[in-house]
Amino acid sequence: MIRRFAPFVVVVALFATACNSDGSRDSAPPDTPTTTSVEAEPTTTSARETTTATSARETTTTTEPAEDGFPVTINAPNGRVTIERPPERIVSISPTSTEVLFAIGAGDQVAAVDSMSDFPENAPVTELSAFTPSVEAIASFDPDLVFLSFDPSDIVAGLEAIGIAVILHGTALTMDDAYGQWEQVGTATGHVSEAAALVATTTADMLSAFDSLPETSDSVTYYYELGPTLYSATSATFIGGLLAPAGMENIADPADTDGFGYPELSAEYIIDADPTLILLADTKCCGASLDTVAQRPGWASMTAVANGNVVELDDDIASRWGPRVVDLVEDVVAAILRLELTNS
Amino acid sequence: MNTGRPASTRLRWWWVGGSALVLAVVVVGAVMVGPIALSPADIVRSVVDRLPFIGLDTGLSDRSEAILWEIRMPRVVLAVLVGSMLSAAGAAYQGVFRNPLADPYLLGAGAGAGLGATVAIVYAPATSGWIIDPLPVAAFGGAIGGVALAYALGYTVRRGRTAVTLILAGVAVAAFLTALQTFLQQRESDTLREVYGWILGSLNTAGWGEVSLVAPYVVVCLSVVLVGRRLLDILAVGDTEAGTLGVRPGRVRLIFVVFATLGTAAVVSVSGLIGFVGIIVPHTVRLLTSASYRVVVPISILLGGAFLVLADIIARVAVAPAEIPIGVVTAIIGAPFFAVVLRTSKGITS
Repeated sequence: MIRRFAPFVVVVALFATACNSDGSRDSAPPDTPTTTSVEAEPTTTSARETTTATSARETTTTTEPAEDGFPVTINAPNGRVTIERPPERIVSISPTSTEVLFAIGAGDQVAAVDSMSDFPENAPVTELSAFTPSVEAIASFDPDLVFLSFDPSDIVAGLEAIGIAVILHGTALTMDDAYGQWEQVGTATGHVSEAAALVATTTADMLSAFDSLPETSDSVTYYYELGPTLYSATSATFIGGLLAPAGMENIADPADTDGFGYPELSAEYIIDADPTLILLADTKCCGASLDTVAQRPGWASMTAVANGNVVELDDDIASRWGPRVVDLVEDVVAAILRLELTNS
Repeated sequence: MNTGRPASTRLRWWWVGGSALVLAVVVVGAVMVGPIALSPADIVRSVVDRLPFIGLDTGLSDRSEAILWEIRMPRVVLAVLVGSMLSAAGAAYQGVFRNPLADPYLLGAGAGAGLGATVAIVYAPATSGWIIDPLPVAAFGGAIGGVALAYALGYTVRRGRTAVTLILAGVAVAAFLTALQTFLQQRESDTLREVYGWILGSLNTAGWGEVSLVAPYVVVCLSVVLVGRRLLDILAVGDTEAGTLGVRPGRVRLIFVVFATLGTAAVVSVSGLIGFVGIIVPHTVRLLTSASYRVVVPISILLGGAFLVLADIIARVAVAPAEIPIGVVTAIIGAPFFAVVLRTSKGITS
């Protein structure tokens, strides 16, 4: 069990170092592991786990050791971005970034968010489109920092050309990617310690969720549904990696012949595979539920449907890589635990 | 090819027999193959078991029975219905418009159905609260509405309500409806995958419900096109000439368009926009048999069903257990196949 958690442990240690550097800002560079990091660690992880963490990975976030932290330079995926002073008018064209900004207490620095940023409720939603963003529309909010998750038409270059700082945080492939992005959001907005704390609590919550699982969860198979035409996500995707510590087997894996990660499965294959758990990530978009699944032709013959082992997930959480992924993990873990109860 | 051989306009029994045989072989094959291996013996036993007054131990688990009877069978039947209808509608459109490029979506049925489906996906997400699934209803209404709009537009043109006027009206309506659909789809981008999934066409989630929904439309519309197919031959000589033969071209055209559209709208509402079938099947039939609609319509119905079942086999087996959208398959195998037929035949007669 321990080995599976290695990535999380590394991140816990990373948080610990970040926390330390924040506490004594002028002393150590942020990515130097020190002995105090173990004390700063808020989780209940064992000493054995923290020793593996001394080989902490490089952090992509670098903070200049100035008095208020600014100016900061961020090694964003779209290049080095320098932010001179704490941003006051942030525009987020990414529902994930919006969730992270509000989670780390940068919400009052946000001037506008895109039309799909529906969480938290007090986010200043506008008509801005995350799918077809427009430089002019974004610039009309006079932003000093823009977060994007998708750059279909050179929006980054357009915004940079008119002197607006842009951070492009594309779809995270792993939780580590997501944590790295959250930390960059923290650095860019002057909320370094809050971002580190968010990473730490998320890591700890996920650890404790997965730790509550018995070893027998390895025998559980699952089908993860993205849409009513039976699109699924394999283990190689972000969501697959998120659930990997549970040790379940994903029935979509053999179908992913092209390595794309999101195969459309045959209905007869799903029924024959008879997964122990059905995870529905198309409840909001498409109204999928235990009832609708049971009504599909042939699906009532599946064990998971007959036993009600169908988990109705929140599509929004499932398609983002924000802090609410913990809720999703906890829902899935709870479903696995219910399975174990009925089996024993 | 037709000159001096008037007999080729007659429907030969071996054309019908051969096409029916092809359809039967493909259908049986489609029931036999799939991502889940069911042995032919098991399938035969299961079919016999379902016959009245016969009960035997099929050797299949309940789950395998469900796969065979609730997933695979309706899917094959639906593929036959959709393929036959699209092919017959394509032949009818080509006949009444005297245009080899005509297909069932020519007058805006495809664009209208696409807009209807997008509206349903965006504004009426399927939830258990709906008594009926709004998606097929909206697609059906959209297809009918698109063609009605094109007809109304073509009808209001003062100078000569000819086939060409109608085609141009259809082009305008289709472009307009497609633009609306694209606008809506880009604005509501979170439903993009669902919209694209529908447009590319799929029979993956089809059941007997879909079959019983479209079967009445398909039977009625195919019957009308079959019975009236001689009129298509008469229209082929031109509106004026047809008029001298006692046929009213405008009225005939309207009847064919109404029934071809009704059938197309019905099948599209459950299968999505499966392209290419309506063009290549009638043309292939023309190249292989005769240019007369007395032959083209019935043979297209048989071979169109066979073609779509074949395409669906590929859609579910090629990358099994994953699926390929069937609209992609019809184009990928249809285009080269058509090219081969075009090259090896002696040329289109028209």
